[in-house]
Amino acid sequence: MDIFWIKAIIVLVIFGLSLVVAMYSTWAERKVAGYMQDRPGPNRAGWGGLLQPLADAGKMFFKEDFIPAQANKWLFIAGPCLAMLTALLSSAVVPFGDTIIVGSDEVQVQGIEVNIGILWVFGIVSLGVYGVMVGGWASNNKFSLLGAIRAASQNISYELAMGLSLIAVIMMTGSLSVRDIINTQHGGSWNLLYQPLGFIIFLTCAFAECNRTPFDLPECEAELIGGYHTEYSSMKLGFYLFAEYINMFVSSCVVSALYFGGFNYPFMDKVAEALGNDATGHNIATAIGFGVFFMKALFFVFFFMWVRWTLPRFRYDQLMNLGWRSLIPLAILNIVVTGIGLMFEIRWFSWVAVVIIVGVALVQAAMKPKAARGILEAAPVR
Amino acid sequence: MQLTNRSKKIDKSEMSLAERMYLPAIASGMAITLKHFFKKKPTINYPEQKRYLGPIFRGHHILKKDEAGRERCTACGLCAVACPAEAISMVAAERQSGEEHLYREEKYAAVYEINMLRCIFCGLCEEACPKQAIYLRHDEFVPVFMSRDEVIYGKNKLVENMDKRYLREGWK
Repeated sequence: MDIFWIKAIIVLVIFGLSLVVAMYSTWAERKVAGYMQDRPGPNRAGWGGLLQPLADAGKMFFKEDFIPAQANKWLFIAGPCLAMLTALLSSAVVPFGDTIIVGSDEVQVQGIEVNIGILWVFGIVSLGVYGVMVGGWASNNKFSLLGAIRAASQNISYELAMGLSLIAVIMMTGSLSVRDIINTQHGGSWNLLYQPLGFIIFLTCAFAECNRTPFDLPECEAELIGGYHTEYSSMKLGFYLFAEYINMFVSSCVVSALYFGGFNYPFMDKVAEALGNDATGHNIATAIGFGVFFMKALFFVFFFMWVRWTLPRFRYDQLMNLGWRSLIPLAILNIVVTGIGLMFEIRWFSWVAVVIIVGVALVQAAMKPKAARGILEAAPVR
Repeated sequence: MQLTNRSKKIDKSEMSLAERMYLPAIASGMAITLKHFFKKKPTINYPEQKRYLGPIFRGHHILKKDEAGRERCTACGLCAVACPAEAISMVAAERQSGEEHLYREEKYAAVYEINMLRCIFCGLCEEACPKQAIYLRHDEFVPVFMSRDEVIYGKNKLVENMDKRYLREGWK
């Protein structure tokens, strides 16, 4: 078989996979929401509600596809398309597995292997806000516009901290390629173990970038009706919601690739040895790695939902304070500390920053006993 | 001094660093939601699973028959008089000879109709009945109507089926 066709099949599989995962994320979201609120969630369409996404899609298609009279028609249509396009594009550089051997060719299980993979992800994610922005503006509606502006400013603020927290990872790897970053984590040396602070910052920013709770201010119903998609109906709305779930899946993939070792798992060398060195053994080992990566990504999808059904939404000023006054300084601190560590070749050095912060917090909590913190007593009656 | 102990004392002092990091609070919150995730769900999946509503629930009306399978109702009209919603109407008839196995007394209800849109399921008919003929069963609902002509329930829907006799707790 031609190497082109193998690659085409891999790309199609990744494309289809992210669509299917996004589709079933909508089901899983409602199921998780139900379980966390002590109810069973959707269970009428199919076994355990498994046909629910199809029913939802069917419903979406039969809704009236409405375009407001004063809306900018082409941009109104372009908005959801852009959101969908950018969401799908960013999965291109994610390495889902090692290589597969077909005949004499060795093909990487990845859309495209570029040596600036992480930059690609960032570029596409930054573009992602255009879908929201264009859609919100073209609706010609105050609330949509406000939602779009919120989304834009939020994404820009959190992209900074996200990029800065990543720089520490890139410093340790010395490469922008996602595959290289994964390969350096081979043998249990996951970046999470060296970059705890960076991981927390990155994860928080990933929530903000995906417009997920607790940072889902762009679609804050209480203040903005529906946010940027107030005027959308039918499958255009479906595209926006779908794009959000694809983003969630892709960012889960990126998080597990950057910090959780991607397709690496403990004792993988021994497993590969046991499976043998020929093509079949190698392919099976790759399949196991793919499964492991997929599990990690799905865990983070679950984590996204878990956080959503736990935390309330941030206020807008709290969001900006957290982004600009906490996460960005912390990310810069992380870079400095990692740099010092690398200078002396101590890879775990950023734990020092974590230990110092936790230590200060503990000391402060101990120095300030609960009683002395001015608990308001009811005024005594004379 | 307070009249009740319900008012909460609020700590408005500045948050400590540990509190400002949010992470301990987030972790404890997520532990709570995870605990609920694995909890047994109290939901009763209604059409498949039904809950026991108790021995005195007032549901579907039934016109009882006696042990020999004879209708108990004598069409005295006391239930219709007692009904605050005026949902019950009936037409009395005289029992002919040869019908003794069908009706217990000499007079019976040839037509007995309950308008289920009017009925408020108060159970006063049951209390008024001197012959213990009408009951509101505790184990069955009046089903949903799909059109107006299903609303009036005649004897075909009300009279007890001898194969599936209605027995309340404490009855034989």
